[in-house]
Amino acid sequence: MTFSFILSGFGGQGVMLMGQILAQAGMQEAKNVTWFPSYGPEMRGGTANCTVVISDEPVASPIVDSPDVVVAMNIPSLLKFEPRLKKNGFLFLNTSVIDRKATRNDIRVIEVPANEIADRIGNLKVANMVMLGAIIAVTKCVRKDSVVSALQYKLGEKGSSLLKLNIEAIEAGIKHVGG
Amino acid sequence: MKKIMMKGTEAIGEAAIIAGCRNFFGYPITPQNELTEYMARRLPEVGGCFLQAESEVAAVNMIYGAASVGKRAMTSTSSPGFSLMQEGISYIACAQLPAVFVNVVRGGPGLGDIQPSQGDYFQATKGGGHGDYRLIVLAPSTVQEAVTLTELAFELADKYRNPALILADGLLGQMMEPVEIEEKQVSYDNSSWALTGAKDRPPRKVTSFNIDPYGLEKMNLQLQEKYRKMEQEEPRWEEFQTEDAEILLAAYGTVGRICKSVVKIAREAGLKVGLFRPITLYPYPYSPLEELAKRVSMILTVEMSSGQMLEDVKLAALRLTRIEFYGRMAGVVPTPGEIFEHLMQLVRRR
Repeated sequence: MTFSFILSGFGGQGVMLMGQILAQAGMQEAKNVTWFPSYGPEMRGGTANCTVVISDEPVASPIVDSPDVVVAMNIPSLLKFEPRLKKNGFLFLNTSVIDRKATRNDIRVIEVPANEIADRIGNLKVANMVMLGAIIAVTKCVRKDSVVSALQYKLGEKGSSLLKLNIEAIEAGIKHVGG
Repeated sequence: MKKIMMKGTEAIGEAAIIAGCRNFFGYPITPQNELTEYMARRLPEVGGCFLQAESEVAAVNMIYGAASVGKRAMTSTSSPGFSLMQEGISYIACAQLPAVFVNVVRGGPGLGDIQPSQGDYFQATKGGGHGDYRLIVLAPSTVQEAVTLTELAFELADKYRNPALILADGLLGQMMEPVEIEEKQVSYDNSSWALTGAKDRPPRKVTSFNIDPYGLEKMNLQLQEKYRKMEQEEPRWEEFQTEDAEILLAAYGTVGRICKSVVKIAREAGLKVGLFRPITLYPYPYSPLEELAKRVSMILTVEMSSGQMLEDVKLAALRLTRIEFYGRMAGVVPTPGEIFEHLMQLVRRR
């Protein structure tokens, strides 16, 4: 089984971290993973993305033509990556920011008002973790406990006070999609 | 052993430390800054010396100095910076000193861009600096292999007293992948030639200069003898699904792993495709490629360049089989799908 993802959004929306936590969680489940960031000369407010592959086999190409999952946190990401999504693939839309619909009808669209849910929890910055919760609940690419332990690893001791908030966000994302 | 997620650049840095490197001199340039940053943080922790030089020219000459006293030393840069280092590398090669270089290649020529490229193949393998010298050139395709090859680079540099180069690219440098880095005790002994102070022994000289052409030719012959030995003993390569292959892809580094996906796609489409991936770019594994060339109907060389390794493929396989090329330049990374499409066009054109 192989899952490939493109996660994309404004700089600051935490898409790189979202990808790293996915990859870290995959590794903790003894899967093969790669994470590759766009690292162009992006400006503040520009769009950044990363490609993640999680697989039972060794990962050959870390570059993906047609991902199984596209996560669009803003409109430019939707415009850029919706056409590349695999047929029957999952398109996650952050509807707090994206005020339009997907154009294809051969894909599965999951709408998540990630900013609003994060705001309700008390911190807009965890919108990425809300989205991550939705992703793992729908795709079942990695388990929730792996994501929590990956998060713990990423936050380290310095960020341990933020762990509870982030877990809450992940759980809210899971709940939103009925997981 | 515990796996950790690391960027290619950081993994190379940690592997160098494991290999006993305690001296790093470098100058910042994208896309390899994480390596410089990593060494700046880690070397003081292990009692090493990190120094940010005022330029690449200064950095390579600091390497020259550290190497001449027998210490394991490394620098890292990206394409334009590597061009600046060429004079010093030629000096180090002539003086027969071990040193390890890392070039995380970006799009060129000129200032180019900061995206992944393989456009520095000629410079790396055919002598970027002046004179009759060779670099040992190792091309990792995964982060784990970057670790193995960094350790190997230090070993081979010492074994041959010759500079060695890790030829990576922006993709390998920037991507993260799980790695296992094994702690090991490394000992190396360069006391037979290093400048250690001439107390109680005759003085030694490390130089890349000899005004007498016959004397300099003798130094050259020594170098050539080493290169012939390397060509005999050191070629390394990987073959992937070549046993029954009728078509062969030839690619190194990042493109090598991308081509593994092409092999899978092609086999699902019923084409018997295999991959030849050189790991040492100098010495180049000509013989195994020649053997494969006799068995396949076509070799498709794929590179992030205009066709530089292609010339080595031709040296091995010209007149033995059909040789084709597909490349992207300037920092554009070819996807498995586009390479496969090109392959299909070639198959139909037969």
